[in-house]
Amino acid sequence: MYPEYVSEHFLMSQKTLLDATEIHIALHRLACQLIEKHDNFTNTVLIGIQPRGGFLAKRLVTILENDYKIKNIQSGLLDITFYRDDFRRSEKPLAANETAINFVVENKKVVFIDDVLYTGRSIRSALTAIGDFGRPTEIELLTLIDRRFSRHLPIQPDYRGRQVDAIGGEKVKVCWQENEGEDAVYLIKEQI
Amino acid sequence: MIELSVNHLLGIKYITEEDIQLIFETADHFKEVIQRPIKKVPSLRDITIANLFFENSTRTRLSFELAEKRLSADIINFSAGSSSVKKGESLVDTVNNILSMKVDMVVMRHPNPGAGVFLSKHINASIINAGDGAHEHPTQALLDCYSIRERLGDVAGKNVVIVGDILHSRVALSNIFALQKLGATVKVCGPKTLMPRYIESLGVQFEPNLIKALNWCDVANMLRVQNERMDISYFPSTREYTQQFGLNKKILDSLDKEIIVMHPGPINRGVEITSDVADSKQAIILDQVQNGVAVRMAVLYLLASKIKRNDS
Repeated sequence: MYPEYVSEHFLMSQKTLLDATEIHIALHRLACQLIEKHDNFTNTVLIGIQPRGGFLAKRLVTILENDYKIKNIQSGLLDITFYRDDFRRSEKPLAANETAINFVVENKKVVFIDDVLYTGRSIRSALTAIGDFGRPTEIELLTLIDRRFSRHLPIQPDYRGRQVDAIGGEKVKVCWQENEGEDAVYLIKEQI
Repeated sequence: MIELSVNHLLGIKYITEEDIQLIFETADHFKEVIQRPIKKVPSLRDITIANLFFENSTRTRLSFELAEKRLSADIINFSAGSSSVKKGESLVDTVNNILSMKVDMVVMRHPNPGAGVFLSKHINASIINAGDGAHEHPTQALLDCYSIRERLGDVAGKNVVIVGDILHSRVALSNIFALQKLGATVKVCGPKTLMPRYIESLGVQFEPNLIKALNWCDVANMLRVQNERMDISYFPSTREYTQQFGLNKKILDSLDKEIIVMHPGPINRGVEITSDVADSKQAIILDQVQNGVAVRMAVLYLLASKIKRNDS
């Protein structure tokens, strides 16, 4: 369609939604909100939704342990690939990720952690998946970015870093220091 | 890579090393799934699978059935003994009749080599070969290699000896292909009469001496003596076979290093291996069975993901 020398940067525009400082502030606020509700986390487990929620979960655990001196927080990773409702529907094949839940979730309060809440379908799958590990007393949702007005299901976050209005063709990308080399959230638009 | 290069699993011969690695990585995830309190995922709930067993099988059929159920597929079972095959119906007719009931995948065991390949050319469903005569038994080879990988970290660079009846064994042929694709060196050992004539054309060396073979290898895969497939006498007596090619604890303990002992089952205890070897720490026979479910789940999942949905 375009000659090869037209790089994809010409066709896309990128806007910064959150920079490193803003992410730092948002993470500390989210950590405090979690403490408000869950006290010392004795009966609460944090579960990062794969593939991207693990980074956020790990950050929050670090903040809770180092800055707020909360010990022995149980956290894990949940992969939802085998529970997705678009198996054999999407063009791209789905690749599974690691699930690491080395504790009992029965009668625990579970907090799902994901970077972006968009249609809500991942969370619906996660709700089904966690049921295979036990019956939590309560499940909450924490998300760094909440793309409101784009939900397909009646799912809302209990804790949110920032609410964003983004339309269908736009993409929200969350970058982490440990993975992409910087902390930032971008809104990416395809110009054509 | 996140997709298989094939639409059927007819044999290890037809798939690539990348395919095998993808199956292993997916099996790792399913292995975790089957440790959960609820050992089931909903991925294949809109898939119907027919298990067609034209030949007797216990563990392969149970393993496939369990794998299918743990992926939430609907299944129908068929065994030749109790069917119209006895009335003279052809294979294509039998299968087409079953397929007209809207079956998406077929798991088939058949006494004739190439039955799976033949079927894949005539019917429109994803086919998994669960053993075709003395040809291939791909899922057995995959779970064997998966078990080696689990115990030793990697299959590449390992020395594996397959002992016993290579001539009649589909497990041996599939294992040779899989091990070689993954970078292992394979030798075969057993009575000369039970060696295929051109075995060395596969890049496999024949070693007539069991002790030498065991001293060379990291893994010994002890095959079952398949009395039911032997129409003539290939060795004088079972006792003589055991004396020359049977593995006992004394031999195992006399080796310089600790080797891994595998067996595809069912075991003839006291013939190809003794009970104390089969139950020793070095034997991973029960791990093979456990891994079989995870590996078969991976194969079914990956092949199902290639079936096009037809919603209209």
